[in-house]
Amino acid sequence: MNVVPADLNNVESIVNEIVTRHEGNKHELVAVLNDVQKTLGYLPESALIQVADGLDIPLSKVYGVATFYTLLSIKPMGKHVIRVCESAPCHLLGANSLIDVLRKELRISIGETTKCGTFTLEHTSCLGLCGVAPAIMIDDEVFGNLMPDDIPAILEKYK
Amino acid sequence: MKTVEDLERIRKQAKVMTKLREGGETTKVVVGMGTCGIAAGARETLSAIMDELARRNIQDVIVTQTGCIGLCEQEPIITVERPGEGKVSYGKVSGERARKIVASHVINGQVVGEWVIPAS
Amino acid sequence: MQFYRSHVLICAGTPCILKGCGAVRDAFITELKNQGLEEEVRVVETGCLGPCDLGPVIVIYPEGTLYEKVKISDVPKIVDEHLLKGRIVRDLISEGSIPGIIPYKEPVYFGIQERIVLRNCGIIDPSSIEEYIARDGYQALAKCLTEMKPSEVIEIVKQSGLVGRGGAAFPTGLKWSFTANTKDDQKYMICNADEGEPGTFKDRLILEGDPHSIIEAMTIAGYAVGATRGFVYIRGEYGLSIDRINQGIQQAESMGLLGDNIFGSGFSFKLEVKKGAGAYVCGEETALIESMEGNRGEPRVKPPYPGTHGFLGKPTVVNNVETLANVPQIILNGADWYRGYGTPKCPGTKVFTMTGDINNKGLIEVPMGITLREIIYEIGGGIPEGREFKMAQTGGTSGGCLSGEMLDVPMDYFTLPEKGSALGSGALLIMDDSHCIVDIAESFMRFFVRESCGKCAPCRVGTVRLHEIVKKVACGDGTYEDLEILEDLGRTMRETSLCGLGQSAPVPIMTMLRYFKDEFMAHIEEKRCPSETCKL
Repeated sequence: MNVVPADLNNVESIVNEIVTRHEGNKHELVAVLNDVQKTLGYLPESALIQVADGLDIPLSKVYGVATFYTLLSIKPMGKHVIRVCESAPCHLLGANSLIDVLRKELRISIGETTKCGTFTLEHTSCLGLCGVAPAIMIDDEVFGNLMPDDIPAILEKYK
Repeated sequence: MKTVEDLERIRKQAKVMTKLREGGETTKVVVGMGTCGIAAGARETLSAIMDELARRNIQDVIVTQTGCIGLCEQEPIITVERPGEGKVSYGKVSGERARKIVASHVINGQVVGEWVIPAS
Repeated sequence: MQFYRSHVLICAGTPCILKGCGAVRDAFITELKNQGLEEEVRVVETGCLGPCDLGPVIVIYPEGTLYEKVKISDVPKIVDEHLLKGRIVRDLISEGSIPGIIPYKEPVYFGIQERIVLRNCGIIDPSSIEEYIARDGYQALAKCLTEMKPSEVIEIVKQSGLVGRGGAAFPTGLKWSFTANTKDDQKYMICNADEGEPGTFKDRLILEGDPHSIIEAMTIAGYAVGATRGFVYIRGEYGLSIDRINQGIQQAESMGLLGDNIFGSGFSFKLEVKKGAGAYVCGEETALIESMEGNRGEPRVKPPYPGTHGFLGKPTVVNNVETLANVPQIILNGADWYRGYGTPKCPGTKVFTMTGDINNKGLIEVPMGITLREIIYEIGGGIPEGREFKMAQTGGTSGGCLSGEMLDVPMDYFTLPEKGSALGSGALLIMDDSHCIVDIAESFMRFFVRESCGKCAPCRVGTVRLHEIVKKVACGDGTYEDLEILEDLGRTMRETSLCGLGQSAPVPIMTMLRYFKDEFMAHIEEKRCPSETCKL
């Protein structure tokens, strides 16, 4: 989830490389976007155009897919993306109070990115970690059995 | 792998890794590893048993430990229990004795009478 | 192959990873070295053992002793006492000796469980294909390919009475026969591992704990229906599952258990992983196929069904992870053996994930037809802090809610629907009497608003309206008419939505209205939340 600004200068070659890896197969659109997002941190317009071109499909369709899935984003994301599970098992065991602490600590609302660009705060659907609810996921790392007091220490690791 | 026989061969080889976790009827060797046992050389006894089993490629024997059973002067003590047979305890089992017990009793079912601790 | 006298199995399912099992594993390895036991004792990382709440969990064989909540500081003692001297460290397994430890009785927890699907989870090292083979892995595939005709494979699965474990409970053998009967040159086999139902994490733990069982089952299914290519569609959030399946595929390929001419039978099968990108609706099989084809994951109008017109328009079988995990055992042991479990109408076992207000949270596998009471009080250890049971939601967020009077209803795919609920994916969310029904309903509906794909109007608009109305009631602004609208709207959505998402979105609300109407009424008439959860 790390955005290296220099990467944005090479969107064309990065996307082309990914499209080639998927043999230009238009059925691989979701996989291509997953890979682009992983490399660039998000899906800038220039990348969407390049993908549409490379797979020979309309830009509107690429945009439609890019905005459908929650793990894909057309907005720049922070260096680290915090996903808070808000499904029933987590809700029952206090997900709301986690969100309150996260909002207070980061001074942003759900869906926003901190000014320094370090953190983006998002909701997520069930992470399948209900056995250790409430749970959050930061980038690819998962945390469970959380109490509101645990949050500051976890954030500190990523600052 | 080309045939079902190949699969069976791999299964037999790999069985050693999971057999231990499945329980069931199998021969059990229990080594007394209380402080007294260890002091009397039970570590060496245990290693000898492991080594002897490995050397003979015996995989369906459970080797486990237990604490002091109160016969400290007989340590190291090992107990062998084959499926359907009673427990037999041996006393003063050195590494050398352990190897003989494995060969004779564990594998072939022949109790080594001279080292058995008599039931009083 | 080296002989070890003892094995230390460390659960490395995701819940235990979260609780630091990695550090515990390292501590064991170090300590065993210190004691000179590294040649005698083997440390194995396994998949989920079940009691997720008690992680890190380890089991020491041959004794089968289970230690829970193992701390690094406990490790030297376990090694010195248990592994060296053979004395079980009782104070680390006994209950209640340390504040905060939930009483946990192993014999009961495992007692009524029957492990078919989870037979290898927590027993084998999931990254070792040899260990899977040692536990009779790939024997069922060998049997199918060398002794059985595809039609015979389908017949056994039909006879076993196996039905889909993803929630829809469609007979698996029948599903296979639809695809087998088509004459297409290319057919596909898909494993649906897009487990998104809130409260469900069984598929994740099966994929992590026993990946080869899925690979073997998919190959068998491919042979039965005549598919030469298979895909495991795994949701993007399940990183470890994706890694384990990919690793498993590589191992199977290098041993010739996947690829061309398996066992010299002439049958070839290729398998690959497709990674999702975050969409609950993709658990619906046609939406999943759309996603695999590079589209928005919106469900198709059915019929035609995927069995005849699926991936790229070709006949495609889509099976859930748990369903598939049953298949090799059915092939090996026969349909009659399988029918020995569960109820006559609904044979076999079901994997449940217990969450919410219950002492033993985690993964269990029990015979079909078990009652909710047995699950909660015998296996689950009851409700924490001695509180009262209020409600259980079965089948995840789209499932129905059961009240206290339903505790003795048999849990299977046919009895629960008669009571207005559903077994669904096997999620069990237990709630005690401290929670407000209206607040929970609001949380459920918020979920559906977010996850509705927007393709059909009843679901797109209906979920938003349901949420608005429930929220209004929760805020004390509701009226009696609102409840009537909820009922009416719910009925409309059930009948007119395109896919299961919209059809089941109103189910929780409708069952809550049936069993807990008085709580809704208290919010409306008295402007009061009986459990004082809502901000009134």
